[in-house]
Formats: sequence, C-alpha cells, structure tokens
Amino acid sequence: MFTPILILTAIGLFIAFAVAIIVRYFGMPEDPLKQQITDLMPGANCGGCGFAGCGAYATAMAEGKAKPGKCPSMNSENAAKIAELLGVTVEKSEPMVAIVCCSGDDNTASRNAFYNGVNNCRDAMQIDAGTKSCSYGCLGLGSCANACPFHAIEMTPQHLAVVHPELCTGCGKCVDTCPKNIIKLVPRSAKIHVFCSSPLRGAEKRKVCKSGCIGCQKCKKAAEEGQIEMNGSLAVINYENPPAAEIASQCPTHVLRSNETTPKKSKEETNE
Amino acid sequence: MNKSYQFYGGVHPAQQKLARKSAIAVAPLFPFYTVPLSMHIGAPAKPIVKIGDKVLRGQMIAEAGGFVSAPVHSPTSGTIKDIKPCLGVTGVKTPCFIIESDGEDKEYERMKPFSDWQEADPKKILSRIAEAGVVGMGGAAFPTAVKLSPPPGKKIDTLILNGIECEPCLTDDHRLMLEKAKEILIGIQISARILGVKTIILGIEKNKPDAVEVMTEQAKDLPITVFPLNVRYPQGAEKQLIFALTKRKVPTGGLPMDVGCVVQNVASAFAVYNAVYKGIPLYERVTTITGTPLVSPGNWHLRIGTSFADAIRLAGGVKEDPAKIISGGPMMGFSVYSLEIPITKNSSGILLMSPSEITQFQSKSCIHCGRCNDVCPMQLMPGILSTQIENECFDLSENWNVLNCLDCGCCSYICPAGRPLVQHMRRAKAEIMAKRKEAKKDTPKGKASK
Amino acid sequence: MTPEKTQKNSNSEERTIRMPDTSHLIVSSSPHFHAETDIRRIMLTVIIALLPACAAGVYYFGWRALWVLLVCSASCISFEAIFSCFMKRPSELDDASALVTGLLLGMNLPSSTPLGVCIFGSLVAIGIGKMIYGGIGSNPFNPALVGRVAMLIAFPKVMTTWPIPHGAATSSAITGATPLMVLGSLQHAAQSGQAGALQTLGEHVSYMNLYLGNIGGSLGETCIPALLIGGIFLIYMNIIRWQIPVFYILTVFCITGLAYMISPAYFAAPTFHIMSGGLMLGAFFMATDMVTTPVSRTGAIIFAVGCGVITGSIRLWGSYPEGVSFSILIMNAFTPLIDRYTAGEPFGAPKDKKRGLQF
Repeated sequence: MFTPILILTAIGLFIAFAVAIIVRYFGMPEDPLKQQITDLMPGANCGGCGFAGCGAYATAMAEGKAKPGKCPSMNSENAAKIAELLGVTVEKSEPMVAIVCCSGDDNTASRNAFYNGVNNCRDAMQIDAGTKSCSYGCLGLGSCANACPFHAIEMTPQHLAVVHPELCTGCGKCVDTCPKNIIKLVPRSAKIHVFCSSPLRGAEKRKVCKSGCIGCQKCKKAAEEGQIEMNGSLAVINYENPPAAEIASQCPTHVLRSNETTPKKSKEETNE
Repeated sequence: MNKSYQFYGGVHPAQQKLARKSAIAVAPLFPFYTVPLSMHIGAPAKPIVKIGDKVLRGQMIAEAGGFVSAPVHSPTSGTIKDIKPCLGVTGVKTPCFIIESDGEDKEYERMKPFSDWQEADPKKILSRIAEAGVVGMGGAAFPTAVKLSPPPGKKIDTLILNGIECEPCLTDDHRLMLEKAKEILIGIQISARILGVKTIILGIEKNKPDAVEVMTEQAKDLPITVFPLNVRYPQGAEKQLIFALTKRKVPTGGLPMDVGCVVQNVASAFAVYNAVYKGIPLYERVTTITGTPLVSPGNWHLRIGTSFADAIRLAGGVKEDPAKIISGGPMMGFSVYSLEIPITKNSSGILLMSPSEITQFQSKSCIHCGRCNDVCPMQLMPGILSTQIENECFDLSENWNVLNCLDCGCCSYICPAGRPLVQHMRRAKAEIMAKRKEAKKDTPKGKASK
Repeated sequence: MTPEKTQKNSNSEERTIRMPDTSHLIVSSSPHFHAETDIRRIMLTVIIALLPACAAGVYYFGWRALWVLLVCSASCISFEAIFSCFMKRPSELDDASALVTGLLLGMNLPSSTPLGVCIFGSLVAIGIGKMIYGGIGSNPFNPALVGRVAMLIAFPKVMTTWPIPHGAATSSAITGATPLMVLGSLQHAAQSGQAGALQTLGEHVSYMNLYLGNIGGSLGETCIPALLIGGIFLIYMNIIRWQIPVFYILTVFCITGLAYMISPAYFAAPTFHIMSGGLMLGAFFMATDMVTTPVSRTGAIIFAVGCGVITGSIRLWGSYPEGVSFSILIMNAFTPLIDRYTAGEPFGAPKDKKRGLQF
C-alpha cells in the first residue's frame, strides 16, 4: 500500500528538482521590464501600433527599439506609466477615431441587384464589384464590424456601418478591411465630418443615393477660409483646421454631421 | 491514337441545350453599339478615332496597345458618339466606344484576302490575324496572334481544335461546327501552317453526334483527326483537354506551349478563316441566347457591341421575369444586373434563369464528405481551402495551391452543404495577387526585374 | 420600369416583346447550377440503409430493441434542439444528422439497456460528441461512438449484459454472451493449458447463427446480411467510399488470419472474426462517417487500414473482447493528420520537386 505512494512521491520530488535545476541554469532570463510593460498594455492585439500584437510591441519597447505612445488603444495614464518605466517622455499623439464616410443605407441608397453569396464585403466585391449602385457606397455586410477588436462598429438594420466613437480606439483595422476604402481615421477633436465619399457630380449621385453630398458648397461658404475644400462634388474637411460644429446645420442633405452616436446597445443584442 | 484519357475529377451537370436545334440567324442592325476597348487579356487597345468621326463597318477604330493586345474594329457604319466608361460583365466600368449606326452598314475597304494561304508567307498571315483583332473566343480572350507565335525554343507539335463546348446550355460552337465546318477546318489549317504543325486534333464531346458526323465527313481528306470524347465538364478547359487527347500534363503555372500544344477554339478558327481567307476583321461572333424564360432561345451572329437588351429582344423577349441574367455559361458565367452590357469578343452566350431554377445561397459547415476533392480537375482540396479562406488564412491557402484553381465550379456544384467554394477561391486569388503586386511595388526596381 | 416594349420586326408587324425586369435580379458567384444532393438527402439515405439492420435487431431481440432505438433517436433529436437553443446557433435539425447519430447509438447497445441509460448516452453523444465542437462538421470524433464508449465506461455492467435473441438455439452452451466473449473465455482456457479448447468454438457458436445474427450482441450489429444490404446500398448511392469498409475488413481478416496460421490452437479463424462483434456495423456505418474521416481516397485507405490494425490487435491481444469502437475513435483522432499528409499534388505539378506543405 505504501510502496506506490513512496515511489510516486520520489518521482515527483526528482522531477521537481530536475525542473528547478534546468530553470536555474539553462532557462532564459525573463526581462522584468517587459513583463511590467506587457501588464500595462490593453491586450487587444489590434495591431494599431504596427507590431504583431501587444506582446511584440512591449518587447520592442523593452528592448528600446520602439517608443511608447504608438498604441492607439492605450489611455494616457498607462502610457505615462510605461514612459516612466522606460525613462523617456511620451510622444503626445493626436488621438484618432474611425468614421465610415457613407450615409447611404437601404432606405436612401439603391442597389443594382440582390447579392446572394458570402456574407463578407471583400467576398462580395468579387461579384459585380459589389451591388451598391454608388461605387463609393458601404456594402453593408459588416466586414469592418467583424474586424474591429473593440466591437465599436455597429451594423444598422438598414445595412450601414456606423462607428461608435466612444468605443473606437483608432487602431485602423477597419480601414484596412473595407474593400471600398471609405473608412477614414480622423482626429478625435474634430466635431463634424462629411459622411460621403463620392466625388461624382451631384446629379449622378442623386440618382443612386438620396443622402450623398450634393456639392452645394453651403458649408464651404459658412465655414472659414480653408476649413472645407471641394473635391469634385464632395466637400472635404481640412482636419488641420476643422470647422466649427455649427456649420453642420447648413447641410441640406444632413451629410455633414457630428459622428456622435447613440450609445451602443449591450453586446448581446448587437451580436444577433 | 484512338484512345482518350480520363482527366481527374469533373462533373456531369444537366445539359439543357435548348438552342441546339436552332440554326444560326443573322441579327438585324441595331441603332447603337457599345464597343469596349478592352475585350482581351493584355493591354487595352488605343483609340485611333475621335468623338464625332464617321466610321465604316470593319474599320479599325482602336489599335493594339502592346504586344499582348488586339485592335478593335467598328461593327457597323455610323458615327462615334462618345468614348466613355461603360459597364462590363464583371461590374467594372471600362472605356467603350458608343457608335450610332447610320443604317447603311457600308463596309470599309476590305483587307486583301489570302486565297493562296497555302503558299503565302506565314509571317504575313500572322500579322493579318493580329491586324484583324482575332482573340481566343472560348473564354479567356487571349490574342490569337500571340498564341500562334510561340517564343523560339518552344517546339509545338500538336494543334488542338476545341469543339468540346462543355458548358451546359451553350450551343454556339455546336451550331458553328454544323454550319461552318469547312470554314473552321480551313481556319485551323491556316493556324497549323503558321505554327508548322502536322498533327491537328479536333476534340468534340459525344453529346453532339451530328457535329461529329459533319466534321468527320469534312475532315476526311485532310490531315485532321476528329476525336469524339465522353461528356464531362470541364473537358473544354485547356489543360484538361490536352490531357484527354494527348495525356500530356501542362505544368502548374505553365502554358499549353510548354508541352508542345496549342489549343484553339472553333469560333477562333472561324475568325481566323474570316480574317485570312476573306479579309474580314473580327466584329461579329456567334452567341447563344438561351434560358427557359425566353420566348425563342437560339443562336445568332451578333455584332460586337450589341447590348444584352437588343440580344434578348432578338430572342423574342421573355415569358416570365428572370431571376438571374448570366453572361456565359451556367458553370463559369458572370451574373449581371444590367441589360446595357455589350456582347464582347468572348461572349459565348447569354443565359437567363427563371426564379424556380436558381438555388438559394446557403453555407453550412463543411461535412468533409470529400466530394469536392473527387471532382476537382486540378486535384486540389477545395473543402480544406475554403475553410482556410473563410478564416482569411491566405498565405496558408497559397501553400495549398489555391492559385491553380480554374474557377470551373465543379466543387461548388457538387457540395452538399452548398458552400460557396468558388467565391472563396476567387477571393483568395484576388487577395494573393493584390499582395504580390504590392510586394513588387515595394521592392526596388533592380530586384523586381528579376 | 416598362417591361412591355413594342418593336417592329422585319415584317413590320407590330408585336409586343416583354423585356426582363432588371430591378429584381440576383447576382451571385458562379456556378449557377448545383447538384441536387444536400446534407439532408445524404443523411436520409444513411437512415434508409440502416433500416434493414434495425429491423433485424427488432426481429431477434424483440420490441424492447425498438424501444431502445426510439428512445435514442428521440433523445438525440431533443438534445440537439436544446443545445442549439442554448448555444444560440441556428438549428440544424432539418438535416437529420441527429437522427442518424441516435439510430447508430441505439444499434450499438444491448437491447436490455435501461432507457435512462440510453438518454444519458444520447446526451453525451450529442452534447460532448458533437455540439460543443460547434455542431455538424466540426466534431473530431464520431458522436455515436463517443456516446457508446461513455456508456461503456459509466455503466460497464449494463453494457456487457447481452440478452439472448428470441430464436436462439438453446443448445448454445454459453447463452447471453457475445461470440467474442465466448472466444475470449475459450482463448483463456487454451492458454491455461486446456489444449483444444478453441476447437469447441464451433459447438458454442455456429457459423450460420453468426452470419444471420442469431447470437448475443448489440441489437444492430449481429445480422450480417442486413448490414451488407445497407452498406452496399450506400456504396451504390455513392454516399460512402467503398475503400473504407473493404480495407477495414480486409485488414482485420489479414491480421487475424496471420495469427490463425501461426497458431490455430490459440486464435480463432479470420472468418469468425470478421463476422462477429461490431465489425460489419463499424466498417460500413461508423468508420465511414464523413465528418470524422479523411477527405481523400488515399487518406480513407490509410484510415481504414489503421482501424483494422487496431481492431485486430485489441481482439487478439487486448483484454477487451471488442475493439471496433476504440479503433475508430483512435483513428478519428488521426484524421486531420492524415488529411494533411495526403494532400495531393495539383494537376501538372512537377514530379521531381517535393512540395513543402506548411501547416
């Protein structure tokens, strides 16, 4: 009865001893600095810093190969702590936020045909270059929403992607995912944005979408010089010198508006 | 030489060749033609006429834009109304001539026919084929003149005439073989003379016994072997056809010329005949307009640039509204949403499908039944690839040879879970190609040229 | 939208031509034709193929066998519904795969199994064998076998008590035992010195009864003709690959045959082995489950041979009389590996150059 217990205990002790020796003499020393930095990282692995993930960025910082402050998702408190650990001053980067530059949902924008295929915008682009009549329009299949590590993009029931700025960290994953290239990163401080990407003539746009920028230039006239430029029939905000929020009231199609949204519903509901 | 070889995989979709009995009719003149500048693989053609110019039928309106390119000719006499981007079958707008017909259909000065093609200089014939804008009319639209001038060092010993027409529904090649057998055979002999090839094999599927009979009769005294093959899709695909007839395997990423073969479609052979023997450039082709919703499906000689709307009107319009309009055959064709799309040099058919014929898209999970594996003519593992692509592992799928995929559609056709395998493969190929392009751009010029 | 348009045709005769309405067109990826076979049809064909063996089971073991089958099927279907509801997945009940699992599970049980135990087995089969991996297509192991093995471990007494078939010849010396158990005890006797003990095997179990299924065993595994009819039907319908049953049975035959040739005093004849136990049921219906077996034909052969080797080894040298369930489960675990190493070269790949597959 006791023999097996003794044998097992002996084996256990022996292995524990062996492991201890191996770790002590052959193990790779773990950088405590790296561990501390990793603990302060958000851990979303969004890739917004340009590294493979939070661990890779933390390693690069600990080895002095990268500077803190590149992480778009980190709050300023943690960033300051990391800077302190590394003994450098944190580079203040302008916090960015993503916006989907399209307002054409199912109610206002037309579709050429019914798409019957894989539920993914990039797959849908293989079939007739997407079915939205406006070639700058949001396809509404939610590839960006799936790509977002922070669940900041909501697909409205009318199939339009909407970014919730309070959840968005500006990592830029959605920007890379969107096959139509209509998601842009803009400074968080800017209050109003043009939710349209089509530089086509107003009349052409009007045919396929009721909520596009018609190029009336009312906003340009109301804003200060250089705040809003025109690219064809599309008003473009100069983010170096953003216009005041009141200008939005001038827009007849309501395409120039604030990017504030009603707070996102609980995750359970929106994941349906 | 009487044995055919079975290529791996393949499926047997329902034939549905509604228009097999209707003779090729000549289409009337339409008021407008939309002629795309790029109807072929390679550089788009360069316009040599201006908006407002008067053009005549058969007049060259755009010249070849490079070595791998083909010129474009006016389908009728009239005025160039506009040169603007118009919708193509892939949903992308490409520059097109809008030609308004003047109703007279006056012919431009015809090129000098080579009635003595057996003696004429092959180089001159080759340049005539290039000048006439002949391209592969089976699908890919590769310029025929380029195909017929293999680089030195490639020895071509077999010329294969492709009369397979393995796509269900389409009958244009079938009817062409029945009605223009003699012309097709002269066309292929011209090509053989340019290549200096002695062996010519004509592959026809056995579901066209009348065409086999006619072609055998016509080829009796000629150095051409007519080879009836068992029906199997995709036998008309170049690599599969070469294997079925000669047991040679075109290497991956290679061309038929790597195994000493050149494959030419019967419609292209007919176009070669027209260009060389008659001096008529390629501005007209045979197109099948078919589908159950149509009043009278059939085959027509359509001018390049005829819109789908005009073509469907020719077929008597529809009995019921179609759910899908497809340019090409049902296995590889593109579904389109507009009737303004023009007929191009490689439009072999227009297919309309009624709502009862289409299947609702569903993508259940793969049950690993291995059917896709059994039918893939390229011997890939489509099921595993599709799962990889669904999870966006494109590098992995590249290792599993996704770039060898033909888009033939056998895997999607057979899949019991209804998985969109072809769409997945297309996405992967597009993503991999885009990535390679980017990598090429990033590397310095010296490296890229390697 | 004016679908009706008029056009003068060549005879200048006025005629209405209806043009297609393009406002409701569907666009999708090619191909636009699809084969009619879907998962539901495959599963229903499997169910049809299982029916003769079920009927034989009910014939030999009475109405109690039918109860076991019904309870297993019904509880598998209910558990699938409950699990998909809990996991918030769209219900996949309509493809009838849960019914196949239920039937197979029932066929692998003795007809005397208490119904509560059947329900437990169904819960394990559907819950742990299938749904926690994400439903049909994602499970690495055959659900019915997972259920059966769980029951075997949890209720060993119940699962090894074999009722006597109705019409069993009363001359059978050891009633209520499966032929493989008879064989086991005789082998034991032979090894402990009773020379010629195995020669009496024929007296205990007649080959005719073995073939017809008039012996103790799981309710669906005994009747060879019924299983063969179902299996050949499935091969004819192109639902299963013929390679798997053929190579499986052949391997078992070879291994047991080899042992028999070496020492007939200690081992039973190979014909006895291939006709006894769950081999036929396993080879035709369990080892051919699409989800858990390799996709390529070469892979299927490797898989079947592997199953055969493991079954043979367990039967010849293992302490457990039956090895089919375990062999299939073990080979199921190897399926992804086999798939990777049997990924063939594409058409036209150079022969001399080895392609380095990365995983």
